[in-house]
Amino acid sequence: MSLNTPTDKVCLWTLDHDQPASLATYTANGGYEALRKILAEKTPAEQIIEQVKISALRGRGGAGFPTGLKWSFMPRSFPGDKYIVCNTDEGEPGTFKDRDILIYNPHQLIEGMLIAGYTLGARAGYNYIHGEIFEQYQSWERALQEAREAGFLGKDILGSGWDFDLHAHHGYGAYICGEETALLESLEGKKGQPRFKPPFPASFGLYGKPTTINNTETLTSIPWIMRHGGQAFLELGKPNNGGSKIFSISGHVNKPGNYEIPLGTPFSALLEMAGGVRNGHKLKAVIPGGSSAPVLPADVMMDCTLDFDSIAKAGSMLGSGAVIVMDETVCMVKALERLSYFYFEESCGQCTPCREGTGWMYRIVNRIEHGKGRPEDLDELVRIGNNIGGRTICALGDAAVGPVVSFVKHFRQEFEYHIENKRCMVGG
Amino acid sequence: MQTPEFQLSAEALAQIDQEVAKYPAEQKQSAVMSALRIAQAEKGWLSKDAIAYVADYLGMPAIAAYEVATFYNMYDLEPVGRNKITLCTNLPCQLQGADKVAEHLQARLGIGFGETTPDGRYTLKEGECMGACGHGPLCLHNNHKMHAHLTPDAVDKLLDDLK
Repeated sequence: MSLNTPTDKVCLWTLDHDQPASLATYTANGGYEALRKILAEKTPAEQIIEQVKISALRGRGGAGFPTGLKWSFMPRSFPGDKYIVCNTDEGEPGTFKDRDILIYNPHQLIEGMLIAGYTLGARAGYNYIHGEIFEQYQSWERALQEAREAGFLGKDILGSGWDFDLHAHHGYGAYICGEETALLESLEGKKGQPRFKPPFPASFGLYGKPTTINNTETLTSIPWIMRHGGQAFLELGKPNNGGSKIFSISGHVNKPGNYEIPLGTPFSALLEMAGGVRNGHKLKAVIPGGSSAPVLPADVMMDCTLDFDSIAKAGSMLGSGAVIVMDETVCMVKALERLSYFYFEESCGQCTPCREGTGWMYRIVNRIEHGKGRPEDLDELVRIGNNIGGRTICALGDAAVGPVVSFVKHFRQEFEYHIENKRCMVGG
Repeated sequence: MQTPEFQLSAEALAQIDQEVAKYPAEQKQSAVMSALRIAQAEKGWLSKDAIAYVADYLGMPAIAAYEVATFYNMYDLEPVGRNKITLCTNLPCQLQGADKVAEHLQARLGIGFGETTPDGRYTLKEGECMGACGHGPLCLHNNHKMHAHLTPDAVDKLLDDLK
């Protein structure tokens, strides 16, 4: 299927082609046509933003914020420099979709960033790429070079008189840089410590200039929306949850990987696409939206559809669409120990509740896992969590609390067993 | 702070210049992450001299570059072996078998995480999410090359191939 025909694949349709990443494949299937049309017709920015609003495209990086609304915050007529920034700092455990966009459809991201840059009046754009996927940083730079040589980037793009350029910037090992203001600090060559908000990036962003930051999958959806219209995108999903979305499924399934499916698809259907729970095992729990999303027990998850509203109603969040599947062999204490260590390790250290609290939570879960838990520990974990949540500059504090509180809530018995018997109730 | 003999090659400096060109002229500091990465790739690790040199080259205070080098965990502030293996042990990789791979790596090399073999051939590190969980267990070789679907056998082959 191609970009020419509406299809349920918005971002990864190139996988049906022999050379998915090539410029030739992209342009032969309608790639860069949306940009060409916008530049030729000098489409007013308001019209583009209106289509994005109609599409009900919601940020694919985790927060689910409506993209059209975010774009409308940008002071487009502000004289002086403005920037568009793409967030490919994909380091939320379980999430690996943006990497596949860079591998299989780099040009649609470039076109999306170009359209965003044109709409928001930006002079340049940067794509901040997770340091651990350095090979994709290099390959996306090669795609930029191809686009530049073909006249899609640089001076006087396609003879329109419009100048715009894009660059890749790599991280080097810091989860926190996925937070948009930490990302901006990092892009400025500093430690990635989140900024206090307000001011928001739309008024004070990169180098203090108005900046819009969108996730990779979000920006890659833009050319599709401009070609087929916001309404067609909306109809791929369901009201308030427009489009299809890439779900990254990992853990105990037979075929882990990325599946681009309409928002609103039942979880059970995704599980089936991924080959089901690994052979002979039973579903125990699912983290539906990346490690920061509260865990859900199997029976709750099996009743969910995969969209922002359904997962929120079940008490978790769709987040980045990273679905971590756990079967009955998983010790929930051990699983939580690893996640707690992650947030402790990745806290930037700026806010006391997060810097200290993530360490306290990790050490408590660690001692429970190693048979040294105390009866009061579970209430203590929840108490610490409640003192972190909402008391930090950025969302990492809340993200660290989500797993702790939800694991203890849904699997309390297992934690109590560990504390009383100094061993695991799973697998002896 | 900076010892005069520290120097990067002309090739490394040319690479840094390419990075600097991505940013507005007055924002050279934006290139510090790349510049430190390039210096580390050439020298094997980042000494204080290397960091000060990079800072000086970009016209920023040495302490600001040092803050960056210490904040991001892929920079090595101590010498490492010729082959640094960083294994992701985070939850999705753990569910897919990273624990077994970790045990095997440590037993085979006779070192723990954060250590280097006496012959200087391998350093082992524990890493955080690399963003390719569907292909886990995963490791990075010298920060930039990812190896996926690791098993004890695959690790043996990888180690044998790395001189």
